[in-house]
Amino acid sequence: MQITLDVNGEPRTADVDEDTPLLWVLRESLGLTGTKFGCGVAACGACTVHIDGNAVRSCSVPAASMQGMKITTIEGLAPKEQPHPLQAAWIEHQVPQCGYCQSGMIMAAAALIARNPQPTDEQISAEVTNICRCGTYERVRRAIHSVAQAPREGGVP
Amino acid sequence: MNKWTRRTVIATGGLLGGGLALGVAGIAFAPNRLRVTPDSRDGTPQLTTWVKIGADNTVSVVIPHCEMGTGVQTALAMMCAEELEADWNLVRFEEAPGTDDYANGYLVRVFVPVVATIPKYMERGIDFWTFKLTEMMDLQVTGGSSAVRGTGHLGMRVAGAAAKAMLVEAAAKQWKVPVAECSAKLSKVTHSGSGRSATYGELAPQAAQLSPPAHPPLKSRDQYTIVGKATPRIDIPSKVNGSATYGVDVTLPQMLYATIAAAPVFGAKLVSVDTAPAEALPGVKKVVKLDNAVAVVADGYWRALKGVRALAPQFQQTGHEQVTSDTIYAAIAASLDDKKQHSEVVKSGKGSAALQGAAKVVEAEYRVPFLAHATMEPMNATARIADGRCEVWTGVQDPLAARKTAAEASGLKPEQVTIHNQQLGGGFGRRLPGYMDFVEQAVRIAKETSPAPVKLIWSREEDTQHDFYRPAVVGRYQAALADNGAPQVWVSRFNIQDDAAKLPYAIEHQDIRAVPPGYHVRIGPWRSVAHTQHGFFTESFVDELAHTAGKDPLQYRKELLAHAPRHVGVLDKVAEMSGWATPAPAGRARGIALVESFGSIVAEVAEVEIVEGRVKVHRVCAAVDCGDVINPDTATAQVEGGIIYGLSAALFNEVTIAGGRVAQSNFYDLPMPKLVDTPSISVEFIHSGARLGGLGEPGVPPIAPAIANAVFALTGKRVRSLPVRV
Repeated sequence: MQITLDVNGEPRTADVDEDTPLLWVLRESLGLTGTKFGCGVAACGACTVHIDGNAVRSCSVPAASMQGMKITTIEGLAPKEQPHPLQAAWIEHQVPQCGYCQSGMIMAAAALIARNPQPTDEQISAEVTNICRCGTYERVRRAIHSVAQAPREGGVP
Repeated sequence: MNKWTRRTVIATGGLLGGGLALGVAGIAFAPNRLRVTPDSRDGTPQLTTWVKIGADNTVSVVIPHCEMGTGVQTALAMMCAEELEADWNLVRFEEAPGTDDYANGYLVRVFVPVVATIPKYMERGIDFWTFKLTEMMDLQVTGGSSAVRGTGHLGMRVAGAAAKAMLVEAAAKQWKVPVAECSAKLSKVTHSGSGRSATYGELAPQAAQLSPPAHPPLKSRDQYTIVGKATPRIDIPSKVNGSATYGVDVTLPQMLYATIAAAPVFGAKLVSVDTAPAEALPGVKKVVKLDNAVAVVADGYWRALKGVRALAPQFQQTGHEQVTSDTIYAAIAASLDDKKQHSEVVKSGKGSAALQGAAKVVEAEYRVPFLAHATMEPMNATARIADGRCEVWTGVQDPLAARKTAAEASGLKPEQVTIHNQQLGGGFGRRLPGYMDFVEQAVRIAKETSPAPVKLIWSREEDTQHDFYRPAVVGRYQAALADNGAPQVWVSRFNIQDDAAKLPYAIEHQDIRAVPPGYHVRIGPWRSVAHTQHGFFTESFVDELAHTAGKDPLQYRKELLAHAPRHVGVLDKVAEMSGWATPAPAGRARGIALVESFGSIVAEVAEVEIVEGRVKVHRVCAAVDCGDVINPDTATAQVEGGIIYGLSAALFNEVTIAGGRVAQSNFYDLPMPKLVDTPSISVEFIHSGARLGGLGEPGVPPIAPAIANAVFALTGKRVRSLPVRV
């Protein structure tokens, strides 16, 4: 079936099965490979994107049901010339190792701080439940806190 | 990150732009590295080089190791730039192509003093010592925590120093002044008398005409300006905006997608499969039968997956259909009882005979289960067979081995195969040579889709059930203590021969023996290899001995290490960091462990509490002596990551066998530590100046025994199997 999705602010069309998960439409039909495949069962978070601002694991939602909603991927999180504060913090704190899970990790963290600009340790642990096998967790936490403490410009979280 | 292509050679001002390209001097074992010659084998001008200097004064360091998150490419570029006296802001790097010119004999040299302990997966490298260089040619490994201490220490530094010497010589010739009056700094050569100076980029064309010196002088530690300073990793910016390309991200014109179902019971062959149910599905192009698997090719992964799920392949019976973890442990126990199967690892003093008549004998049996690597990026490879050539895009820890695998699977010669190695979404040993079944499968499927390329992606379930697992091992221990509590005799028996069972401790009578693995399950190196199980066994048992002797576990270890000041150094450091001498907070206890692996010595202290029937690790301190540190922040990150990786084995998951196959299938039954489970971690390095040790793996082994020993200190109950259950 033909579907139209609002991805990173642009209308995108794709020909998919009714049950094709959003992840595979993003990666294979639209060429947005920054969103990663990790488990296919919403257990690891590598495929996390924003749907209307909420962090959603795209491997487990049919793309066809996402029509009319605002989808944001890691590629659309911020303009290249003006990275999201979390992306800058991720570099400053040298968070990624292999980096494979980090798109999802950043998207989960971005959804959290958009809603809750100064999360506690407990809130971070409860909201960011992605798996990282390289073990970058402590740096993820540090980077999120550094953004929460920094004064933000232009009101963009 | 640049890949080595003709375009990048030109763009970086390489040979065509009149730049300088240098091979490594002084390593006689790799003769091709001495030459500065164009390689015209396939008509593409390329150089067999590690250092290139462009007309724009940029330095490109060619790195013969993959990046899987350890920061190795940055560290190696730093080591080269240091000796080259390059301006770090002008340094770029490229990953070397998977060709013979970049085979890393250096890797083997790292293990020379301990040839007996060369990991299994590197054994082919031993041929190097009999000068059968051809046998070495498929080894371009990133593994064994070897890149910095091998390629870096023996290769990159020499390459940089040789390049600097040639640039200085070129300047001296040009200015007609003695070499001694010229000096290099920040990518520029200056003549002290006249104040004349020229950039490396300006001097490169002349320098390229000179011969690399065989033994260029190297800088001493106190002269370093780049090495030893926290340097941001080159690969990180691309990993925060989704632009880094992993194997699974490769996209080619006309590309098809495949996924696969291999025989669930290891070793079984495919007998038959009715392909019709998959072929009837929309988008399915083909069902490909392989020796031990069936794959479905479609116009997208999801449709390929639905196709595979529609099939009911029949696999042959292997006789292993009734095997379970329990039968495996029983079989190992029977082997341990059978002296005919024993092979000696260590025998010293009177060996086990010294147990007779001993006043106090302590005994314990430990075991650890199979473990999956569970890299976040499932196994995948993209292959295209067309025009008499085979090309493969994948992320592996050894592109040369991948080339050999692809050549065998395609029936082509290695020269007709090109490997385009990508970023690895985790390696941990899973993507080492000998374990590239996914490459072989992709190439075999591509033969059926030729000339269209095909991307094979394993589902997480396939990845979990067809790993090469950290071995399940059972270890039996006996020790006799003297009146003062010190062990006089140490006897151990376990399955799978490995020198990781050797002790750092001074014990007079030792008898250490191994038996064969004892099962059909596929096994392979898992981050820190045999040190994960032997670290747990040895350090748990030493802790038991300390408590039996009524001594503090830290002090007890130190008394057995009077001959090993570096070991004592890390113990003292970790004791200081963790507040070992002071009581733990209420409800908590601490445990300590010490393991030397891959040339580095690491002591860790874990502070634990039991919360709702589960072990909660609050804090981990690690003291590390790896000789010296190249990039301190990256080094710290490797130890942090090693501790979390070890934590997954200590507390979170295991792979069990039922019906001859793996019982687990995805992260819901193979749970992993997450942010909420992460302890506060402190890492400190001791700069002993000893020979460089590795860092990718040595942080892993001490954490499980440190936690287990802390659980004993807290509960009085010994942990003798993993994962810990309280």
